[in-house]
Amino acid sequence: MSPELINLIIQATGESLFMVAVAALVATSFGLPIGIFLATSGKGELFAAPRINAVLGVVVNATRSTPFIILVVAIIPFTRLIAGTSIGSGAAIVPLTIAATPFIARLVEAAIREVDAGLIETASSFGATPLQIVLKVLVPEALPALLLALTLAVVSLLGYSAMVGAVGGGGLGDLGIRYGYQRFMPEMMLAVVVVLIALVQTVQTVGDYFAKRVNRRLRHR
Amino acid sequence: MNVHQSLTAARPLESFSSPDSATAKVDAMVRFEGVEKTYPAYRGKPGVRALQNIDFAIPRGSITGVIGRSGAGKSSLVRLINGLEKPTTGRVEVDGRDISALSGRELRLAQRSIGMIFQHFNLLSSRTAAANIALPLEIAGWSKADIAVRVAELLDLVDIADKHDRYPSELSGGQKQRIGIARALATRPSVLLSDEATSALDPQTTRAILDLLANINRELGVTIVLITHEMSVVRQLAKEVVVIDAGDIVERGHVANIFTHPNNPIPQTFLAEVLGASLPVSLASRLQEKPVTGGQAVIRVLVRGDAGDTVVARLARELSIDVALLSARIDEIGGQRVGSLTIGVPGGDATAAQVLAYLSQHQFSAERLGYVA
Repeated sequence: MSPELINLIIQATGESLFMVAVAALVATSFGLPIGIFLATSGKGELFAAPRINAVLGVVVNATRSTPFIILVVAIIPFTRLIAGTSIGSGAAIVPLTIAATPFIARLVEAAIREVDAGLIETASSFGATPLQIVLKVLVPEALPALLLALTLAVVSLLGYSAMVGAVGGGGLGDLGIRYGYQRFMPEMMLAVVVVLIALVQTVQTVGDYFAKRVNRRLRHR
Repeated sequence: MNVHQSLTAARPLESFSSPDSATAKVDAMVRFEGVEKTYPAYRGKPGVRALQNIDFAIPRGSITGVIGRSGAGKSSLVRLINGLEKPTTGRVEVDGRDISALSGRELRLAQRSIGMIFQHFNLLSSRTAAANIALPLEIAGWSKADIAVRVAELLDLVDIADKHDRYPSELSGGQKQRIGIARALATRPSVLLSDEATSALDPQTTRAILDLLANINRELGVTIVLITHEMSVVRQLAKEVVVIDAGDIVERGHVANIFTHPNNPIPQTFLAEVLGASLPVSLASRLQEKPVTGGQAVIRVLVRGDAGDTVVARLARELSIDVALLSARIDEIGGQRVGSLTIGVPGGDATAAQVLAYLSQHQFSAERLGYVA
């Protein structure tokens, strides 16, 4: 493979990582609080608000059930509004973030709900405020599960980021489509797939490592 | 004193300290007044009345046991004390304050003076022993330096200073409960609620934890309310006991009195448990309902205090019969000796009736179990 092509791969990898990193960061900063709210706002729970909870649940489900490729196209006007363009890696961050936020919210909700309800009762019996319970009990206790959820979200985002290549989103998917598919360069397609596999593997390994490190339910000796 | 009378007669609120101070006004740490707790209907399930007609006081500095079967309403009762639940009607006073009327910030402040320990410890797995104990102090807004000093004191108090940096997963059940106790005491509460705190522990560890609770009660003057279904826990620790069944208080008073009171089936079940009142197998298998010629009537006598020591001798002497001691168990409950004697008296119905009359006349509760050859 020629140095130019290798350069292209490196550049595309950088673009993909950039898209995924920014989208993951923004989606987590929205998805985490939404997920915590979903997990604590049911009837009789800490921030009991069953109606808002139900509405939010419907919105989250609607976003989650829209196929990603359709979401990308459907929100092009919104993407233009935010990014100024609908083409390139920068623009792709918008649909990636919108798709990842409800996904992360549901993962966070599940992780928070796994925390033993007895711990909430315990903290309440000390006179903890709902916010203190979230910050001092729920999030720290769910941390291993949250890290695994985030890892899963990043891996999914890598997949999605390759998909935005199909609509001119830049990154590894774009490279694979334009060179590997449209220019009949199977070695380029293979290279893109290998890089994606390596990225997913790395993300998963790092995520597992940190999740295990913060998990004090296991004995560390 | 006639035990039966003192327990069956309706008593005013203040009498629940001990039979001796039946007229003295109790200095109440916790007071329930006309409390009823009903959980509303939810998603098609009918509402449940968990507690009703709850009127009693827990004396300051006492150790009070709340016993009952599971589902009797014990947990609802303690959760009313620390404001985790609100009564449907009535009021719950803690240290003179109506906790059932508080909410928000006021309630959270009041809750700092009420500690609670749990059956499954409820420690945060993500925090070390020291950090777990620090949690209520952080919630109360203490400074880091003050927390460090207080946590060190508490670790010493519960005798696990060396476990400072250990995570709960590295500790035994007994050590976890010690952390739970230290955590509950962190904000210097005046009441400690124990919700089946020893039910998940082995008997030896249970004893050590109960000793620790007794020390805390004695040295810090903390009023302790113990919920349990284990008779041994009440026997070792409590002086006062409240028995609840199906949401009602069915008995209350001094531990030893409760367990020799024959009319209520629930304390009797507990008594049977503690005294191992079941008959030896060899005897039980021979037991018959009809008198046997040349055989014996089998009678069980519940005894309390010193009077029980000589009952067999007195029976033999005063009724001129040979009393056979078939099985006996004497134990100490709430500082009083309580026991169950199974005796055999020769002859048929007539002798048995005579013995029962004698026992009843001398304030022993007794029953005829049957006859053996």
